[in-house]
Amino acid sequence: MSSKTLYDKLWNSHCIDETHLYIDRHLLHEVTSPQAFSGLQMHSRPVWNKDSCLAVPDHAVPTRNRNLGTAGIVDPVAKKQVERLSENCLKHDIKLIDLTDNQQGIVHVVGPELGFTLPGTTIVCGDSHTSTHGAFATLAMGIGSSNVEHVLATQTLKTTKLKTMAVRFTGTPTEAITPKDLILKLISTIGTAGATGYALEYMGHAITNLSMEGRMTICNMSIEAGATAGIIGYDATTESYLMGIPRVRELPELNRALEYWRTLRSDENAQFDKEIEINLDSLESQVTWGTSPETSVTLDTPIPKAQCSNNTDSSSELERSLEYMGLYGGQTLRDLKIDSVFVGSCTNARIEDLRIVAEIVQGRTISPNLLYALVVPGSGSVRRQAEKEGLDLILQQAGFEWRSPGCSMCLGMNDDNLPEGSRCASTSNRNFEGRQGKKVRTHLLSPRLAAYSALAGKLTDKYE
Amino acid sequence: MNKISQFQGTLIPLDRSNIDTDAILPKQYLKMLDKTGYGDFLFDDERYLDPGDSETPLQTRRKNQNFILNIPPYNRGTILVSKKNFGCGSSREHAVWAIRDFGIRVIIAESFGEIFFNNCIKNGVAPIILGKEQVASLINFANKKPDAQVSINLTEGILSFDGTHITFSLHPSHRKSLSEGLDEIEETLAIGDKIRAYECSRLQSEPWVFVDF
Ligand code: SF4
Repeated sequence: MSSKTLYDKLWNSHCIDETHLYIDRHLLHEVTSPQAFSGLQMHSRPVWNKDSCLAVPDHAVPTRNRNLGTAGIVDPVAKKQVERLSENCLKHDIKLIDLTDNQQGIVHVVGPELGFTLPGTTIVCGDSHTSTHGAFATLAMGIGSSNVEHVLATQTLKTTKLKTMAVRFTGTPTEAITPKDLILKLISTIGTAGATGYALEYMGHAITNLSMEGRMTICNMSIEAGATAGIIGYDATTESYLMGIPRVRELPELNRALEYWRTLRSDENAQFDKEIEINLDSLESQVTWGTSPETSVTLDTPIPKAQCSNNTDSSSELERSLEYMGLYGGQTLRDLKIDSVFVGSCTNARIEDLRIVAEIVQGRTISPNLLYALVVPGSGSVRRQAEKEGLDLILQQAGFEWRSPGCSMCLGMNDDNLPEGSRCASTSNRNFEGRQGKKVRTHLLSPRLAAYSALAGKLTDKYE
Repeated sequence: MNKISQFQGTLIPLDRSNIDTDAILPKQYLKMLDKTGYGDFLFDDERYLDPGDSETPLQTRRKNQNFILNIPPYNRGTILVSKKNFGCGSSREHAVWAIRDFGIRVIIAESFGEIFFNNCIKNGVAPIILGKEQVASLINFANKKPDAQVSINLTEGILSFDGTHITFSLHPSHRKSLSEGLDEIEETLAIGDKIRAYECSRLQSEPWVFVDF
């Protein structure tokens, strides 16, 4: 039998024909599902398999007053949207983790925690960061609302096979390097459209050595390189994470499952359509300067003066980004004054991320000049675990606000809004114009840099 | 869905790369529950000088007269032309609904965000990929002759303007969806037996996947 990539194996085990892929798991949230449910209703179509679905409101939910449930949502339009999700789930008998449930959180944090995300499955969600789940040797893809409806009604996705790209991380990074730095480096190397049409597979010692949390951070941002999916082969780390989840331990025929899951790796001589190598030996912490995730640099690298990035191919575009960000070409980011710090999002709001921040800020206080310094755990379980470890106290004593789970300032659909024109150091995944608020200037970075920067009130990677 | 196979219209040049779906339709409009009614909010941040949301009366908002969608005759254009990686970022189909509601039926770019591209196909908006040079010449043409017509034949894969004919390719299944405007769910349900047979065999080989969650 010829050698196969992991993507090939996942595709082959799920394709019904050349254009229909069977979908095992479907995550739903309040923003991209209402139109899909309305479509079903319009044609009187049932949900094909309600047991494949799990719904969680996360985008438009407040991060305070959570005990009030939807009554705590001030914005009437957002409130209606969250209520609509509950109504639709009730109508179709779909499992919902609602606002007051202590497991609620961002879909991409909740799915893996609960064992909804299983190796060897296909997962979709009306959300581009669905790629996160690929960390579990899962084929996970973001889709639009019409496809949400298609999957609800038929349990399949109409799609065609992707090309494959192996991303090999070589060399040995220093201790200061985090998963966020790896993925930002990849994106700045290949550009935001560098992986369009591809499924990425991340490989190399640096990946093998990562925890599942770190692997999720990397797979999460695959979409920022244009990839539809990002995957990592199954190994002992995957297995021990899964064995920690009660629901997984109780699966029927678990031994057979484990046996199968262990085959979910690319074969030794598997051919990829493209291979790329990123050497980590001299990698330094990454921060973005511009309005695209591909614009990461180190704190001490001068930001571009003229045309030089992968995708920004005219100097007027460069000028536009610099003007939006209030920067000039040739400037370095170190010690750039910031107004807010956001630790959160499906990229970096898992327990390990909060531990890193707490460790750095313990016994210190963040800059009094910050307007906002928010820590928004990715889920109720992350929040409880952090509280068990006393991280909430450390963070609050340092001056951070400790909130309830949700997308929050990652896109500011709820009331966590940043003032116009302000500058934010953010552990999220997108620095697009207006993403975090009108004219808000976003610098993407790791939780580690976010912590140091919060203490200093400016972008930095060390204590003052 | 609106069918589209032959189309003629005028251009709207957006001379930039990496236009993301956050820019096409900002987050405050993602709380709406319908598939229509987004046209007035297309490129909202750039189109208006002051902020707004779906509740703000439009008459109270000042337009940015320098933005292309507010400049006649581009404000009546139906073919958007942009550069690399158009529609990257968030999966929000609302971005395509806004484009379609504005009256745009064709988007020409050097490349597209994958999810956005699929969303276009689902909504009768034709995404056409052209080379860098060709995009540049179209943008140039749009700047010089704002009123001039461009015609597109999706079946033949030919785009014509100013006496020039450019060929482009479109996956047959995408062309079919656009020109026939079929109900894809209905089509897939027609192979329902195949799907069920697949499920039965997976239920044997991987029973753990089919547990109630
Ligand atoms: S945290 Fe941000 S990127 Fe992740 S799902 Fe929420 S809005 Fe999307």
